[in-house]
Amino acid sequence: MNAGFGGSPGMRQQIVLSGFGGQGILFLSRLLAEAAIAGGFPVLTSETHGMAQRGGVVVSHLKVGGFYSPLVRAGRADMLLVLKEENVPLHREFLADGGALIVNAPLPPDAGPGVRVHALDADALALSAGAPHAVNLILLGFALARIGGGAAGGFFCAAGEVREALSRRQGGGGGRLGDALSALDLGIAHGT
Amino acid sequence: MSERILMQGNDAIARGLVAAGCAVAASYPGTPASEILSSIDRWRKKFGATMHVEWAVNEKVALEIAYTAAIAGLRAAVSMKQVGLNVASDPLLSAAYLGVTGGFLVVSADDPGPHSSQTEQDSRLLAMMAKVPVLDPSSPAQAMALAGTGFDLSEAFGVPVMLRPTTRVCHASQDVVAAPFRPAVREARFVKDPARWAATPVFRRELHDRLAEKIETIAAWPATVPIRVNPDISPAKAVVASGVAFAHARELFGELGISDRIALYQVVQPYPLHAAFIDHLLEAYTEILVLEESAPVIEMQVADRRRVRGRMTGAVPGTGELLPEIVERLLSRFAGLPLPGRALSAQGGGRRPTLCPGCAHRSGFYAIRKAAPDGIYPSDIGCYTLGINLGAVDTVLCMGAAISQAAGFDYAHRLSGKQVDIIATIGDSTFYHAGIPPLIDAVVQGARFVLVILDNGTTAMTGNQPTPGTGIGAGGETLGSVDMEGIVRACGVRFCRTANPDRLPEFVALLKEALVHARERGVAVVIARQPCAMVARLHGGKESGAIVITAECTGCRHCVGRFECPALVFDEAAERVRVDGMTCTGCGVCVHVCPVGAIRRESAGGKRP
Repeated sequence: MNAGFGGSPGMRQQIVLSGFGGQGILFLSRLLAEAAIAGGFPVLTSETHGMAQRGGVVVSHLKVGGFYSPLVRAGRADMLLVLKEENVPLHREFLADGGALIVNAPLPPDAGPGVRVHALDADALALSAGAPHAVNLILLGFALARIGGGAAGGFFCAAGEVREALSRRQGGGGGRLGDALSALDLGIAHGT
Repeated sequence: MSERILMQGNDAIARGLVAAGCAVAASYPGTPASEILSSIDRWRKKFGATMHVEWAVNEKVALEIAYTAAIAGLRAAVSMKQVGLNVASDPLLSAAYLGVTGGFLVVSADDPGPHSSQTEQDSRLLAMMAKVPVLDPSSPAQAMALAGTGFDLSEAFGVPVMLRPTTRVCHASQDVVAAPFRPAVREARFVKDPARWAATPVFRRELHDRLAEKIETIAAWPATVPIRVNPDISPAKAVVASGVAFAHARELFGELGISDRIALYQVVQPYPLHAAFIDHLLEAYTEILVLEESAPVIEMQVADRRRVRGRMTGAVPGTGELLPEIVERLLSRFAGLPLPGRALSAQGGGRRPTLCPGCAHRSGFYAIRKAAPDGIYPSDIGCYTLGINLGAVDTVLCMGAAISQAAGFDYAHRLSGKQVDIIATIGDSTFYHAGIPPLIDAVVQGARFVLVILDNGTTAMTGNQPTPGTGIGAGGETLGSVDMEGIVRACGVRFCRTANPDRLPEFVALLKEALVHARERGVAVVIARQPCAMVARLHGGKESGAIVITAECTGCRHCVGRFECPALVFDEAAERVRVDGMTCTGCGVCVHVCPVGAIRRESAGGKRP
């Protein structure tokens, strides 16, 4: 199914990203999807649009590897990335046994048994870095560094591949790319 | 060139249309279909294709414009959300009889759930009612391919064809190989034939006969026959699925290990269902489970009620989205496997959406409740439906209904000898779309209400598409524009005043003046004009001087309850309000909201809290 180069054959990974409208969940899922394609994997995502984008609950599904359905079923997600802590009870059910919860929170919340919890206060980091809209990339960088990429049990890609996807997306470089890479790197530094 | 690129379903549909030589495309924005037209314009520019691409004033006009190009021999498409198809149903039903000469695709995006719609109606039922064939893609890649197939089908039989994606196709993204662009080499050529294009009822009967014959032939068209996923087995049971329900089923067939026990078919063309396929199903299988969204369109065409299970028999839930967890339970039961133990994921609940910080609609709604505290507040479809959070939206029915409902409330109460203050709200785009006829009607009937047109200069809810008032086209080009005040006056309204709702005290006073006019002399219109905060954020910075909460804050919660700005946060521990520096736009409207004057603007250059 998988085309080869970066990807290990038969690899399948399901990730759910959760937050509020305006936090850049859609951006994260597309960024990861592009990193997946660059790695030679088929990819499917499902996005939230419409009224929920006005500050309501927004969730993206990302399935890397041989899938047909764009949605992650309850109990199947390898990873759940939560940009607003109050969404944890809402979307905790997506996680598989042994799945990883990466959450933007000052302290690790109680997510019940069988879940690896990794918390980072990305709001505080973003504010102190003067980049309040970069919470999404900070948490993603943290997740990539903390979970690790490319190996068994890790992300389908390494942090460097996401950096490359980001550079391609914000093509031409400039200040916006620099800001985005700094945010990602800030997260990576806190996850290492 | 087989490079795989990430494409959203709507982008893939757009690519499929442009690649297949679509020359005219029109739309009115609506989730989940909004991105199709803007993507069409991007692909048009990329290929340098000669096209007419427009955001029309509403779906009916959009369909008529695209349809007319197709009777002039060009390929044309119209896109909309499912409730938009209701608006466009009048020309659609007639166009089916008259037919087309160039390929004509009606893309109607359904929203099972519903996620961002008033209903979860099935456009395929309307296709059936209109007697037009409908294609039902299960993924972005298939949606792109079916755009081309749809044009071929339309031209082969001279009929309009519907492409019906759902939210999970429109707003899924997938790695796809983009369809190659085939430049269109046609010229518009309208061949006069009044007996067809202007058919009177006596000719319509003949056209109806011809349409019925076409549908019968299309039910045998090879290019859209159902696809058998596992042809090498001969089981007693079959699952017949379409759309994204097929995608869920296909994945689950693998995971549940039932691919060697149950036949799986994908129906690509749910109407007309291929006649030979119906015969085959009834010959080969004793039990057939149909999975489709959201109405039993395939199911009702498979006539043997003893063998078919689906939404009509109660085997499949009759309402709501067929989430993969539901499909898993249905397939497990059908296969005789133990049911999965895990409950459905909790997808509902959580923080509700709200108007953006700095949004002028919030000021308008706050002022409406101040001016008419005991009023009735009919409203309409758009971001401002969120005025419901502020207690300033009592009814939302469909596009344009705020105005007719305001009139209806007046007539109903008048019959009972009651005078109530009625303040209706409608957005600028919705006013142009469906608000003008009811305004004319209200003036003629002498209705007594105030209409506030919330004019933020954009179609904000669906992604800031232009309106007829902005003078900008789908590709950013300069177009003509219309004058809102002129239209209001031309409808016969005597009181029409324009003001910025963010100037709260003045705006409340204006609404009170309008209410006096309405009580005594009929409809009064107030145009609340202030650009959308989302657009403003892209173009400008904050106003100078930070908003601060002084020590006078009593923690009464008036501002968080009645004004509900996301930048005003109630600190439960401190029992008072604080300003969230991450979201505050500095608009300063809240300064006028605090009953004790505890919200202030620091002088420019002052330190932020």
